[in-house]
Amino acid sequence: MDSSKQKKLLDLIASDARFREEELAAMLGESVEEIRNTLKELEEKHIICGYHTLINWDKVHDEDVTAMVELRVMPQGGDGYERLAEKIAGFPQVDTLYLMSGTYDFLVTVRGRSLKEVALFVNSKLAVIDEVQSTTTHFTLTKYKELGQNLQGFKTDARMLMTP
Amino acid sequence: MKNRISNKVAALKPSGIRKFFDLARQIPGVVSLGVGEPDFDTPWHIREEGIKALQQGRTFYTANAGLDDLRSAIADYTKRKIGVEYDPKTEVYVTVGGSEAIDGAMRVILDPGDEVVYTEPCFVSYMPCIALADGVPVPIRLKNENKFKLTPEELEAAITPKTKALMISFPNNPTGAVMTKEDLEKLVPIIEKHDLLVVSDEIYSELTYNGLVHTSIASLPGMRDRTVVINGFSKAFAMTGWRMGYATGPADIVKQMIKVHQFAIMCAPTVSQYAAVEAMNNGEEDVRRMRESYDQRRRYLLNEFAKMGLPCFEPEGAFYMFPDIREFGMTSEEFATELLKSEKLAVVPGGAFGESGEGFIRISYAYSLKELREAIRRLGAFVEKLRREKSNNR
Repeated sequence: MDSSKQKKLLDLIASDARFREEELAAMLGESVEEIRNTLKELEEKHIICGYHTLINWDKVHDEDVTAMVELRVMPQGGDGYERLAEKIAGFPQVDTLYLMSGTYDFLVTVRGRSLKEVALFVNSKLAVIDEVQSTTTHFTLTKYKELGQNLQGFKTDARMLMTP
Repeated sequence: MKNRISNKVAALKPSGIRKFFDLARQIPGVVSLGVGEPDFDTPWHIREEGIKALQQGRTFYTANAGLDDLRSAIADYTKRKIGVEYDPKTEVYVTVGGSEAIDGAMRVILDPGDEVVYTEPCFVSYMPCIALADGVPVPIRLKNENKFKLTPEELEAAITPKTKALMISFPNNPTGAVMTKEDLEKLVPIIEKHDLLVVSDEIYSELTYNGLVHTSIASLPGMRDRTVVINGFSKAFAMTGWRMGYATGPADIVKQMIKVHQFAIMCAPTVSQYAAVEAMNNGEEDVRRMRESYDQRRRYLLNEFAKMGLPCFEPEGAFYMFPDIREFGMTSEEFATELLKSEKLAVVPGGAFGESGEGFIRISYAYSLKELREAIRRLGAFVEKLRREKSNNR
């Protein structure tokens, strides 16, 4: 499969991971076999890293909280950031972890069942890491959009039901 | 006073879509595949030009024929796309959607009793526009087995000494049919032999698939000066509500079309014209993106119809499918009404687009794949139910 088709395949499953191989094949004008092989190859190369579901957890348990934690660190040695990242990523409470440009180094998304749980995690697990100089925790209030999807269902089809 | 309404207008039948729309909107939870406009929002950079025009107070009339910049941009775009050159000063003008240009063309070229041959099934306003201009509408009923293309034999058979013009529209609403360069070339000798004018509605010109490139009949030798090309921004740039269309053609006809436009309309909306300049000059990438998305949906539906065993020729343009429902022994209106009532799925009965649309339904794929998937589930369930009932009755 050529790279532009591969990109289209990725765009399609990024928008909806539940397309069946047969549907993807029809949409892209490829054989089911070709789609299956390409998906496998993309998984092996870790280009496709998972097929997760976008859930608005706020609607499941009200009390769940998410925080964005900014970490300023002082990395040690040449691969300091990498080693630190590996360590932080190892905590199951950590949802996402990015190395950032700008006034701080890491942005960590932490999920927990209460403000207290998240704050305790930051204090007892992140702040105490030797290289970590400071932490700033921001709790999210409302998620409007994630992975390109509207979580609040703002937009409805503004078109009339039927037009010529 | 009696006869408050002219006979001509009173005799016009209202669009068959209207009735169906009134029915559909009373049904809660209805899923519709009945819309003839893109599901995409107008691209942001185009909207921004509209906003900017408002902020700068561009709220006055423009020249009757439209902004100079817009007419030049249209002339450049038309040359780029169909390879025909028009003088932006005398051969291009901006209309309130493609619809106004259809009306304008008919008013300008027809005298009472002149016949216009047009292809059916078609957009709902051709016949009324011909009739309102005192012309005589002469439909050619295109056939599924010809993939809803116009053949030279069909054209020849429809022409009489009174025929003034041929009206065509490809890529086609409602069938999705496309006429290739080779298909159009076969019509040229007949058009020339009978000295016809051509009005070509090319509003879906940007939406062709399978690598097909849109050919305008105006680009064929000898045809430029007998053809009015109608196009617009609605379908290609997702700008239906801006009401922006245009016509290009030989100066003698366009001059008269501008005259009619001047008296009936004055000028197309100013803010929309500024947005349209941006669309012409910088909209190519948006069109490509939307076309690709339509194409995926088109392929998706073709595959689903095949699985359902619902016969449908492969449409290669616009954003419509036109499956054949004759096996169920219902009129298209009965089928669509039943589908609406039992599955809450709204489609447009083919009969709304003329007699030759009877036995078909129009399915629009200007919807997200998620919506299409749900709609297909409902259509599949309905088709299965009808088949079950049919075999039980045997």
